[in-house]
Amino acid sequence: MNITVTVNGSARTSEVEPRMLLVHYIREVLGLRGAHVGCDTTSCGVCTVLLDGLPVKSCTMFAVQADGRSIMTVEGMATNGQLHPVQAAFHSEHGLQCGFCTPGMMLVAKAFLEENPAPSEEEIRWAISGNLCRCTGYQNIVKAVQAAARNMSEVSK
Amino acid sequence: MTTVETAPSAEHPGWMGKSVPRIEDARFIAGRGNYVEDVVLPNMLHMAILRSPYAHARIVSIDSSAAMALPGVVAVVTGALLAEHKLAWMPTLSGDTQAVLATDKVRFQGQEVACVVAEDRYVAHDALELIVVDYEPLPAVVTPQAALEDGAPLIRDDKDGQVDNRVYHWEAGDAAATEAAFAGADRVVSLTTFYPRSHPAPLECCGCVADVNPASGKATIWMTSQAPHAIRTVFALVAGLPEQNIQIISPDIGGGFGNKVPVYPGYVVATAASLLIGRPVKWIEDRTGNLISTGFARDFHMTGELALDGAGKMLGLRVKMLSDQGYAYADAQPSKFRAGLFHMVTGSYDLPAAHVVTDGAYTNKAPGGVAYRCSFRITEASYLIERLVDVAAVEIGMDPAELRRMNFVQPDQFPYRSATGFVYDSGDYAPALDLALEQVGYAEVRAEQQARRAAGATKQLGIGIASMTEALGAGPSRDYDILGIKMFDSAELRVHPTGKAILKLGVRHQGQGHETTFAQIVAHELGIPPQDIVVQEGDTDNTPYGLGTYASRSTPTAGAAAALVARTLREKARKIAAYLLEVAEEDLEWEADRFSVKGAPEKVKTIQEIAFAAYTNHPQGMDAGLEGVKYYDPPNLTFPFATYIVVAEVDVATGEWTPVKVVAVDDCGVRINPMIVEGQIMGGLTEGYAMAAMQQIAFDEDGNCIGSNFMDYLIPTAMETPHFDLFDTCTPSPHHPLGCKGVGESATVGSPAAFVNAVVDAVSHLGVRNIDMPVLSSRVWEAIHAAPG
Repeated sequence: MNITVTVNGSARTSEVEPRMLLVHYIREVLGLRGAHVGCDTTSCGVCTVLLDGLPVKSCTMFAVQADGRSIMTVEGMATNGQLHPVQAAFHSEHGLQCGFCTPGMMLVAKAFLEENPAPSEEEIRWAISGNLCRCTGYQNIVKAVQAAARNMSEVSK
Repeated sequence: MTTVETAPSAEHPGWMGKSVPRIEDARFIAGRGNYVEDVVLPNMLHMAILRSPYAHARIVSIDSSAAMALPGVVAVVTGALLAEHKLAWMPTLSGDTQAVLATDKVRFQGQEVACVVAEDRYVAHDALELIVVDYEPLPAVVTPQAALEDGAPLIRDDKDGQVDNRVYHWEAGDAAATEAAFAGADRVVSLTTFYPRSHPAPLECCGCVADVNPASGKATIWMTSQAPHAIRTVFALVAGLPEQNIQIISPDIGGGFGNKVPVYPGYVVATAASLLIGRPVKWIEDRTGNLISTGFARDFHMTGELALDGAGKMLGLRVKMLSDQGYAYADAQPSKFRAGLFHMVTGSYDLPAAHVVTDGAYTNKAPGGVAYRCSFRITEASYLIERLVDVAAVEIGMDPAELRRMNFVQPDQFPYRSATGFVYDSGDYAPALDLALEQVGYAEVRAEQQARRAAGATKQLGIGIASMTEALGAGPSRDYDILGIKMFDSAELRVHPTGKAILKLGVRHQGQGHETTFAQIVAHELGIPPQDIVVQEGDTDNTPYGLGTYASRSTPTAGAAAALVARTLREKARKIAAYLLEVAEEDLEWEADRFSVKGAPEKVKTIQEIAFAAYTNHPQGMDAGLEGVKYYDPPNLTFPFATYIVVAEVDVATGEWTPVKVVAVDDCGVRINPMIVEGQIMGGLTEGYAMAAMQQIAFDEDGNCIGSNFMDYLIPTAMETPHFDLFDTCTPSPHHPLGCKGVGESATVGSPAAFVNAVVDAVSHLGVRNIDMPVLSSRVWEAIHAAPG
């Protein structure tokens, strides 16, 4: 099937098998390697991308379901060479170790902070609870989201 | 709490003890990491594995004709094909054998039976469905107790001389002295407990890309390996490939935790397939494959008995352990110790006598067990002693903190020789315990606990303490090897003409922050800023030999090697500086990043100036360049320690429990990068909580694995994971060049007992003495209702 997807702001048209998973389309057809595969059961979230601005687990969608829609991957977070505040905060707060969950975790955080710019710790923990991390124990991820929220509100003032 | 510091200052000179933000973060936060699945080669094929649905069955026949006929399928590899090349079996890291692909029988559910190699990953999986295997099911043996009964089905009938399911029998300590201690005891307390089978479950599964060049014979294998050099040697020995033609590249690894130490069948078949077909072959494991077939951990059935005098002084410890090894003995562990370092079971306590008896049994389960974020079975040992001390405290009516304190090995006893043969390098346990008690508000929480008990509250409080000591950093080569390869490690340092450097190491990080921490070591020794140093690991063609990253060994071994090679270069730099400044070497003094002339501090040469001269103006008669290599064989293990305290709230009506406060006081000696150390501790505490609360690879009576995906094998999310309060004390290692000890695994080793102690403490007044992990709410409820009251 022929599909057209807007990926990180650019329209991309491809011929794909109907059964091709969205994550394989992103990784192997588009060559964007920040989304990973970790579980096959929609449990871990390392494949998370934003579809029309909302987080989805791209291992549980077909590429054809994204036809005509807009996707953001981790590669689209920075603008003009500037890290997104969420990316900067994951670095400054040591919110990552092996890095495998990081792209999905950061995209969830970005979408969440756009919806809730001043969240409580409990709200942050709930927001990222669809994404597993085996390295950090989440505490520094929570701190990173809090720091990003502060930095984003400073910028918007 | 640590503050991030990026440069030396007057108050904090040098680079040690600085929370330098991680250098490696840049690529990960941009989605530019390079994991095995990111490796794509021209003309590459994809491999998928067919696994056994049975735990134990005879293979009658395998018909792969329909699979071969599917367009896009290039090859179907079976055990019979591998047997023609003498590759159907391979050695394990404990010197046993393991099938690459099953030939005669399958011996666990999920065992590798055949592999499809195809042009496309989807086609490869389609073809798996077309392979017809005729199995004749056999009775499955699913517990080690059943495995050792007379008449149990013989699992390893492939092995000459194997007449039963016994794997090993190993003892440590002094049986007679221990019997005497028990004979003279006023009190004996005991605990029988099971540390269930768990799985490290890194979020990245295992995988490889094997590329054997048919013309040159060079095999380049990108692999999820924590120990690439050891893997290269094993491949040379197993496959008969000349070792100079094998290059193992461990790219970025998405978590390891011990799971990525062994050699797995997928690696071997992909390499063999590439060799036979002449094209690169990629194999990426799925999650079920990872959980059902790769290195599990724990699975120890344990009984501990503690002899005490009337005042609570420990006199002796007697331990029996039965290990469920699965169908192959595949622990990644030093060959001298058959149950890993389980005999570290005396822990933090001055036990005059101890005797540890261990047995291993084959069962129809996946082989293992790896050191899941621990130093070779110390996690099980630490759990047993820390639970046993709590049972003793209840039985003799003593406060568990006081019972610990009065039995600690004392500071003036170090170096301390334990009853099972370890020589603890250093320790000072009471201050760590006291700090933890203070931070948790021990007296207040105990008072609150009493109030709730008196009121008969539905939500009871419990306090769980674990004061653990680890033994890690293998190892001294006299005692520690894997398959005969000694467990030293190495560092090669090259300082370039412009004063920048590359540090190459034999270890391989999986998120531990080596690219920053080890750069800080060189920065500390030579004054080259960490940002000017690249740390390279994982490529066997381009790094010196080493045994890899696991068992918290990287800083104790490779970290020491990095410091020592930098010191060697500093001595060469002194000679060059003396030549440049036209003074004698002894007239120079080193400070931070430069040599200056004593009494003439304006005459200086910085390390950058010296490095440039090493390539442009070096003294005649001296070798040019500024580089070196150091192999470091540690004189002893390092012995970090900690006290973890958990306060848990237990609903006695439902059995549900929540950790409401977690305090960790870790002492790992000198901390190079406190931010990274704290990150390791929080990750370790989370895995400790996970094992205590939910993680378990369980089996039914037919050997079906219940826990083969993330909906059945539960991993804590941010919602369940508690908040951690971290503190530290510092007792430097007397033998490590920087005073460091390993730390990556301390919290996983020590904290499970603290969580379980807390839950049991909350209901101990109801008569509950033990609840085995995972402490599910149903088990808590059952324990309350089964208790004598």
